[in-house]
Amino acid sequence: MELSYFAIIIGAIFVNNVVLAQFLGICPFLGVSSKVETSLGMGAAVTFVMAIASVVAWLIQTYLLVPLQIEYMQTIVFILVIAALVQMVEIILKKVSPSLYQALGIFLPLITTNCAVLGVAILMIQKEFNLLQSVTYSVSTAVGFALALVLFAGIRERLEFEEVPEAFRGVPIALITAGILAMAFMGFSGLV
Amino acid sequence: MKSNRIRFVLESIVRNNPTFVLVLGMCPTLGTTTSAINGMGMGLATMAVLILSNVVISLIKNLIPDKVRIPAFIVVIASFVTIIQMLMQAYVPALYGALGVFIPLIVVNCIILGRAEAFASKNGPLDSALDGLGIGLGFTLSLTAIGLVREILGSGSVFGQPLGVADYMPLIFVLAPGAFLVLGYLMVIFNKLVKKS
Repeated sequence: MELSYFAIIIGAIFVNNVVLAQFLGICPFLGVSSKVETSLGMGAAVTFVMAIASVVAWLIQTYLLVPLQIEYMQTIVFILVIAALVQMVEIILKKVSPSLYQALGIFLPLITTNCAVLGVAILMIQKEFNLLQSVTYSVSTAVGFALALVLFAGIRERLEFEEVPEAFRGVPIALITAGILAMAFMGFSGLV
Repeated sequence: MKSNRIRFVLESIVRNNPTFVLVLGMCPTLGTTTSAINGMGMGLATMAVLILSNVVISLIKNLIPDKVRIPAFIVVIASFVTIIQMLMQAYVPALYGALGVFIPLIVVNCIILGRAEAFASKNGPLDSALDGLGIGLGFTLSLTAIGLVREILGSGSVFGQPLGVADYMPLIFVLAPGAFLVLGYLMVIFNKLVKKS
């Protein structure tokens, strides 16, 4: 499968946006996106972990699962690797760059349960990408995640000052807002 | 005791409904409810994993050291997800294709790990199975309801049976924005009804 890198990038950020078109990573999308600042932090943390996780997942799939013909172990192996990876990133970051750890620290434990990380690892294997394509795909997906999160946070910050009917408060109005945002993103469909 | 258990199951279907009250497991809720059948399939697959992992975790809870509790739970859950994934691939390939990446992603569904941690690790196997049944049924019913609404509005059919109005229906409801909108409005209706009672 020959896909140009440009098509992968535009496709993953805009056309098949991970949150608004593929419904991965909805929990942090609804949970952490009430402020633009925290959304940027979460977006950065996810980009970081997703890039590393995709490389590790690709290497495990290609050099371990396929040669041993145990591809059916994919789900178990990937989730354990991602969980371990997040822990490791946390420990290393704490030692190497305390300032970066300060910024991303609180978001890291949340990422283990972010289905976008596991989802992207599985999807890129399904799409039969090579290593470089996989990294491109996962980083662009993470950028798309961050973009959706920041846009949504911007809207929600404004929504705070509006009077929302009782039954709509909290999650329902967030979902409806996300629906309208998803409609806007549908404008990108057919781009690649 | 028996009626208590039945009430307990019913309680988790409505009062603790995982979708509308606890707002857990949103990714499959939005991603797989393009039709009633798909929503129901996803709900049943999740319920199967939930019941099985709850029972196993409640049986082995005393063997697991407290520190590695979460990874151990994840391994149990991931094993059952893999089994369900293989069974679905073999016996319901069409549904398996429609649900796609969301079947392996049952592993990271917070409902399952949440029930393992909050219930199965503290209770016996029978109660854990009932807890899985109640929460699983609540999840399945919500997903089927959302799928049904989206299917009627978007493609004009009920459980795959065309109503003959497909040409007049706005396709948007089976596309991504429709998922958010339908779930949002159903949640509003659920809030109104539950608060009233």
